[in-house]
Amino acid sequence: MLWLLFVLVTAIHADLCQPDAENAFKVRLSLRTALGDKAYAWDTNEEYLFKAMVAFSMRRVPNREATEISHVLLCNVTQRVSFWFVVTDPSRNHTLPAVEVQSAIRMNRNRINNAFFLNDQTLEFLRIPSTLAPPTDPSVPIWIIIFGVVFCIVIVATMLLILSGIRQRRRSASLEFLQISGTRESLTSLGASCLTSCLHGAPTSNL
Amino acid sequence: MDEARPLWATPLQFVFACISYAVGLGNVWRFPYLCQMYGGGSFLVPYIIMLAVEGMPLLYLELAVGQRMRQGSIGAWRTISPYLSGVGVASVVVSFFLSMYYNVINAWAFWYLFHSFQDPLPWSVCPLNGNRTGYDEECEKASSTQYFWYRKTLNISPSIQESGAVQWEPALCLILAWLLVYLCILRGTESTGKVVYFTALLPYCVLMIYLVRGLTLHGATNGLAYMFTPKVEQLANPKAWINAATQIFFSLGLGFGSLIAFASYNEPSNDCQKHTVIVSIINSSTSIFASVVTFSIYGFKATFNYESCLNKVILLLTNSFDLEDGFLTVSNLEEVKSYLASAYPSKYSEVFPQIKNCSLESELETAVQGTGLAFIVYTEAIKNMEVSQLWSVLYFFMLLMLGIGSMLGNTAAILTPLTDSKVISSYLPKEAISGLVCLVNCAIGLVFTMEAGNYWFDIFNDYAATLSLLLIVLVETVAVCYLYGLRRFESDLKAMTGHALNWYWKAMWGGVSPLLIISLFVFYLSDYIITGTLQYQAWDASQIPTVRKRL
Repeated sequence: MLWLLFVLVTAIHADLCQPDAENAFKVRLSLRTALGDKAYAWDTNEEYLFKAMVAFSMRRVPNREATEISHVLLCNVTQRVSFWFVVTDPSRNHTLPAVEVQSAIRMNRNRINNAFFLNDQTLEFLRIPSTLAPPTDPSVPIWIIIFGVVFCIVIVATMLLILSGIRQRRRSASLEFLQISGTRESLTSLGASCLTSCLHGAPTSNL
Repeated sequence: MDEARPLWATPLQFVFACISYAVGLGNVWRFPYLCQMYGGGSFLVPYIIMLAVEGMPLLYLELAVGQRMRQGSIGAWRTISPYLSGVGVASVVVSFFLSMYYNVINAWAFWYLFHSFQDPLPWSVCPLNGNRTGYDEECEKASSTQYFWYRKTLNISPSIQESGAVQWEPALCLILAWLLVYLCILRGTESTGKVVYFTALLPYCVLMIYLVRGLTLHGATNGLAYMFTPKVEQLANPKAWINAATQIFFSLGLGFGSLIAFASYNEPSNDCQKHTVIVSIINSSTSIFASVVTFSIYGFKATFNYESCLNKVILLLTNSFDLEDGFLTVSNLEEVKSYLASAYPSKYSEVFPQIKNCSLESELETAVQGTGLAFIVYTEAIKNMEVSQLWSVLYFFMLLMLGIGSMLGNTAAILTPLTDSKVISSYLPKEAISGLVCLVNCAIGLVFTMEAGNYWFDIFNDYAATLSLLLIVLVETVAVCYLYGLRRFESDLKAMTGHALNWYWKAMWGGVSPLLIISLFVFYLSDYIITGTLQYQAWDASQIPTVRKRL
């Protein structure tokens, strides 16, 4: 009698957890891809840890704090490694709605990944999309800073070249003026008057 | 007696200026494409023949004219014959067109250069979509590098009719590019002469570094083997010869008046024959050198994509049939596929349509040229290298140097006639004329920063200069040989440099080169007429990849 009851219970459990059953999710692990030589073997102990992590995630949902490890059912474990799981309610007759399980897993995805040394790509929950990390956006885009630096350098260099060109031209123009005025005066007067007119020329030269 | 003409400080500056002008972006992004399309190693045969028959003679002609007349293009041709000043004006106008759109490439190079200082590189990852569950749709359909180029850099509109607004980011980069060019040409040969040391030598340093890196990349040998395996039957293809002639012609930058301008600042006794040979050989060797680098990068990229494709197939099969992780490898893929096909036929036929046929050949065959090569293909290869920021910075810095070097030549072609003219230079100093030219070009160049700007760029790139240059150079050759007189020119050169003119140059100038140019001209004219309405490649977010649209 007791034996019949046991068979019945396991049969019901088996019905609850089936591929493509209502509220069931498929999980896929890629241990060798993630860990290479350090990949551990997937055995019943690892399955126990998985059930524990799922139960932990469910316990953090309000109204589901009573979830136990035994409420999480695994089935159809393949070589891949992949399997299906469902979470049942305390009565073990019904499975918890998929939406609740989905949100619970999403919120604790990081903890679950870390427990197995895996990440979002190597520990996949099909039909549970993971939240992607947004790229870090600094407040001022980096390129503008570099642009600003280069721009200022070019402007400063241009200004310097233009100003030195103007100064050079002014200097050569007044040098010419000085030469012309000196020649003219020395032609029209003798040495002494040349001194005074040369001095006259001096302040305008900006030498 | 007019005041002394500014001169190059040493003949080396002149050689570097010519090299910096001739070695430009075309060597890096056009020659490898031509090599791939027209038979790999065997393309070198028409290329070298055209170099000897067309490139060197015409280059020598322009340098000799510039050195003899000691004026920019307008003055030089007016001296040869007063009826020919139009040739000079045509050169200036074509140079003006070129400088309008060419500096936009430098603006894009600046943009990518500034964005290379981030980790991860912005073109290596797709941005997320609205609710952060996946990647942006346009980016998914295309690739992250294409998305960054078409959406983030250009913000391209679906067709040329939809102009859109001026994008402020590329506009800022364009203004910076023009400021840099102004800084380099501000003082004439004095400043240009010093800048060309950098713009001529730095690209070679970077190419050497890239050569070493490229050859050590995984899969580089695939690309090199593919490229250099000669396909001798392409020698019979007339298009190969036409493209070789065209490439030599445009690569040396003939007809723009830049070479005449540069040579006009030479000492009259300068041996320009020697410099001609040096410059043209260096230009062609750089093309070949750059294509070795490009093909090792191609090989790396193709091998990387091929292996990713295989890995995707492996993952697909592993997941569909729940095989053990790591069981399927590249080596046993085929046998396992046939086993699965026989063991689980129904399930296999479901999965079969999604299994892509990965082929290394088809990855290598995607030949790209132009901005697509520089900004999409190369960036895709760079993002997969280690320390990708360093390689990215080096690469875009090299592009910038190549582009600025060519811009210096272009602006010299415009400015030399202007500063030579007594009328203009009496009113305005040299700095003001340069500034005005840069300002006008920058203002017009803002058109290319609009959303449809890249389409305008493509049109200018393909059609602005081709026919005009061929005609200009044809008239130049005929003018010197038959109007001015070959004998008279020969005695001028002998008096100037002290060397007699070799018979080879006389034969080329008199007969072969003009005939070649006439045949090229006829070919292109008929090609345009036959093609009818011009077409361009458009990027439409709804139809990825690119589609051809009519103007």
